[in-house]
Amino acid sequence: MSTQTLLRNLRTRSALLRAVRDFFYAGEFLEIETPVKIPAPAPEEYIESVTAGNGEFLRTSPELAMKELLSLGVEKMFQIGSAFRAGEFGRKHREEFTILEYYAAGWDYKQLADFTARMMAFAAKQVIGRTDFDFDGRHFDLANVEYITVDEAFRKYAGVSAFDADKDDSFDELMVLKVEPQLGKEGITFLCDYPAKRASLSRLSKNNPLVAERWEVYVGGIELGNAFGELTDGVEQRKRFAEALAFRASQGMLAYPEPAAFYAALDRGLPDSSGCAVGFDRLTMLITGSTDISEVRFG
Amino acid sequence: MYSASDLKKGLKIEIDGAPWQITEFEFCKPGKGTALYRCRMKNMITGIGMEKTYRPTDKIDEPNIEEREMYYSYFDGQNYVFSDPTTYEEMSVDPAVLGDKAYFLIEESLCNFVIYNDEPIEITLPTFIEKEIVETEPGVRGDTATNVTKPAKIDNGFEIQVPLFINQGDIVKIDTRTGAYAERVSKA
Repeated sequence: MSTQTLLRNLRTRSALLRAVRDFFYAGEFLEIETPVKIPAPAPEEYIESVTAGNGEFLRTSPELAMKELLSLGVEKMFQIGSAFRAGEFGRKHREEFTILEYYAAGWDYKQLADFTARMMAFAAKQVIGRTDFDFDGRHFDLANVEYITVDEAFRKYAGVSAFDADKDDSFDELMVLKVEPQLGKEGITFLCDYPAKRASLSRLSKNNPLVAERWEVYVGGIELGNAFGELTDGVEQRKRFAEALAFRASQGMLAYPEPAAFYAALDRGLPDSSGCAVGFDRLTMLITGSTDISEVRFG
Repeated sequence: MYSASDLKKGLKIEIDGAPWQITEFEFCKPGKGTALYRCRMKNMITGIGMEKTYRPTDKIDEPNIEEREMYYSYFDGQNYVFSDPTTYEEMSVDPAVLGDKAYFLIEESLCNFVIYNDEPIEITLPTFIEKEIVETEPGVRGDTATNVTKPAKIDNGFEIQVPLFINQGDIVKIDTRTGAYAERVSKA
């Protein structure tokens, strides 16, 4: 890649940062910053934290801290900053990357999906003057929005139910090899309602407790973000984290301390809310037509 | 043993007693799921390709592969015999391993060997060699086009395609990777 390409992409990135901020400010979201160096990352099975010395960690996302702010009464907020995930390196991954994370109290996860699609379309329009563009040899329009459940997508593209795939431990492989390449083929696809086992920090659906209020958003087969209808039940959240920590211990993975401040926030009370984390570098890749993350960030 | 995080393009691994080389590699991670290392690879003996996906906890066998230089000595009637340039230790190579490349062997020329479990599986000759044309139709004087060709035999009887201006007795340069004529070195 030439320096010229990088500098051109960094200018587009700057315009995208401004457009995204404009959208959130117009929606009366508070821009906030939370610590990058933290005492405990979210206990998740497959997300590896970078250690920061003195028993501390670099955040894998700002999720727990932002939920503390939710519990303290901040109703709508967003943050753009660095997050770190050890061992992730590839065309779409860096150990250090830029995350755009936002929460809205009182919104359900479907409202947040609609908001996210409008945010992306608005940002594209501000930066390149339109919502459609070419990426990796195909044409996309962010005004095209599709919703599909995880189970529908698995049946349609992998020929198996998502629940069966989960049971025989082929879920992740089928997701990467069969399902993801079919998502966001013309615009934005929201992949919704993950099997309950993969709820992570989301609450189970009231209508169907087999699935969780969680979606991931895709364009061109690239996963751009993950969102939850937030789990607010402290007992259930502690149980899930305990399971994740036990799994990590059984696999000999890095031990994470219990996230005490987050537990205190749950005990104080989280409002009904939804939240989303978008990979800002990947959004920039789409808008600039770059197929490798190294083309859109310096270092 | 390799662990999955060692995987990368070009790495040689062993699966079920066969050596494979990774030709394409991609790190994948479905949101909140396990990291997956997606590899496309080529069997180093048969050339067959396949795709395989590994998880971070997977262990992968390391093939007993060695690369060394050997020079070509002689044909013993059945096999091609090569020698180590420092120890003069000899190694016999089955003609099947060399295929048509055997026609481009020149005594004393250094070749690169890939050796798997003490058996040579890939031999790379010097990229260009020079051979005399021993038989071809008379040359067409003045026709310097290189895209129109005619058959020509080199000293061991192997037939290559050469431009029309090449004559019997000319020395030509041949690309051993493709068996294609490269240029005329000297006229008869």
